[in-house]
Amino acid sequence: MESEIWNMKTNESMLTAEEKHKIDEAISIVPYKKAACIEALKAVQSHRRWISDDSLKDIAAYMEMSSEELDSVATFYNMIYRKPVGRHIILLCDSISCWVMGYENIRTAVMQRLKIKYGQTTLDDRFTLLPNPCLGTCDHAPALMIDNDLYRDVRVDQLEEILDRYA
Amino acid sequence: MDRPLTEHIREDKRPLALKDYEKVGGYEALRKVLKGMTPQAVQALVKESNLRGRGGAGFSTGLKWSFVPMDAPKPKYLIVNADEMEPGTFKDRLLLESTPHQLIEGMIVSAFAIQADQSFVFLRWAYKEAAKNIEHAIHEAYEAGYLGKNILGSGFDLDMHLHTGVGRYMCGEETALLNSLEGKRATPRAKPPFPQVSGLFGRPTIVNNVETLCCIPHIVNKGATWFQKLSLTSDAGTKLYGVSGKVKKPGLWELPMGVTVRELIEEHAGGMQDGLKFRGALPGGASTDFLTADHLDVKMDYPSVAAAGSRLGTGTMIVLDDKTSVVGFVKNLIHFFAQESCGFCTPCREGLPWIEKVLNAIEEGEGHKEDMKMLDLHTKLLGPGNTFCALAPGAMEPLQSALNYFRADFEQYIKEQKAAMAMV
Repeated sequence: MESEIWNMKTNESMLTAEEKHKIDEAISIVPYKKAACIEALKAVQSHRRWISDDSLKDIAAYMEMSSEELDSVATFYNMIYRKPVGRHIILLCDSISCWVMGYENIRTAVMQRLKIKYGQTTLDDRFTLLPNPCLGTCDHAPALMIDNDLYRDVRVDQLEEILDRYA
Repeated sequence: MDRPLTEHIREDKRPLALKDYEKVGGYEALRKVLKGMTPQAVQALVKESNLRGRGGAGFSTGLKWSFVPMDAPKPKYLIVNADEMEPGTFKDRLLLESTPHQLIEGMIVSAFAIQADQSFVFLRWAYKEAAKNIEHAIHEAYEAGYLGKNILGSGFDLDMHLHTGVGRYMCGEETALLNSLEGKRATPRAKPPFPQVSGLFGRPTIVNNVETLCCIPHIVNKGATWFQKLSLTSDAGTKLYGVSGKVKKPGLWELPMGVTVRELIEEHAGGMQDGLKFRGALPGGASTDFLTADHLDVKMDYPSVAAAGSRLGTGTMIVLDDKTSVVGFVKNLIHFFAQESCGFCTPCREGLPWIEKVLNAIEEGEGHKEDMKMLDLHTKLLGPGNTFCALAPGAMEPLQSALNYFRADFEQYIKEQKAAMAMV
């Protein structure tokens, strides 16, 4: 019932068949719908890069929860993006081993090269830069990730070549 | 020297496929257990082996299992905590990426021991390679009849699911992990009830670390006495030890439990980089107290590191050298903990950012003598007993030990930076 009310408020749900399929799969392994809401956020984000207010409402309706409740979950987790992000996301490890090994040089170089600060996206929508806690590869510090790719023992002089791989 | 957890890992670190894992004795422990052991016998064996949790707390694994009510109706859950995110810790990544079947076999045997019928791998989002390999290995295990209904004709059923997280250090805390798996914010739960009785979805649940569960098949195959004898000390087994920081060869090694700090740094990590001196190390991740040059002969096992005033934690050490600022080092750690606080309880939510501000001020030449008292006070206010979970007390461990061992560094910063600022 609740979902119908939400659907009325937000018109028709904009979730795609593929997104719904992924969400249904996640729902099938938990005892009640709401428990799969993080999986639902992940599923939609994987198609749309980030979770807009409209997406949030659609997902909440589908999961039979209020969008406020879903937002309380979405905003808790740093890998759910509630603001637009670029085509590629650079996650720079800023934790202790990388700090000892001089990640700050990498940070400065990336910021200068892309002309963005943490939390910002390049004007061409190509990169978003975010600080990130320990990536778990401390014997190869400093480290960073771009999308699904992990880069280790990163040197400033490699950055240009690394960034060039992402269109 | 036996290295049961890592001996079959390929040089290129690519995962062992099912048939390769079976060739080196894989899933024999599962066959043995399902053919001729009761769940109680498996629990007794693991208790006798003296295996202690490798996630940091060091609790007896067999004892933990024994709190699960055996007559409780299903579902019951077995969860592996693969949310490795303690800064400076990179040990479970190797096992997850390179020997997924070893973990899965350990999980199935452990699930049998507590009679769980549902299992989850709670994996950190950043471990993309591990996710791919585990997903594939779970699929292979289902195909081979090691997972699903009536496993190997024994009548035992177990399902396994991979859940990749969406960030936050808090998810590594056992009860916060359960909340996250239930689709909630990862805030910790009050104990009791303990998860063994009322965990995921209110059902009996065991949460174990990756390295812990990887030990299980070997204990079943070779026995409790063999496992105890792997160690150099009273703690059983081998341990994955790591060293990061400015040493010549940072790395990760499976070694007998109880090697010394000195052996790790000087032999395995090749000593300090040229021109640098060892000043201290966090022995087991960001939330452990510093050890210093006076502790180089401390054995890296649970009681010995505790006697030296710290914790074995995850056994992955972060080294502090003499050219790295102690204040900056501690500030980096506190920044992490302040950022990762779930905000649920006041001392942690308010105290950690306050400490970070004070450290920042000291570093930027705005420090005052009174700040030292403020920092000392906070190590008590955020210490054990004053917060809802172990995050803030863990954060205080490197701070309190730095204030103890390296106090002059902080004071010198306050004195000299003030002077330097006055000159300008």
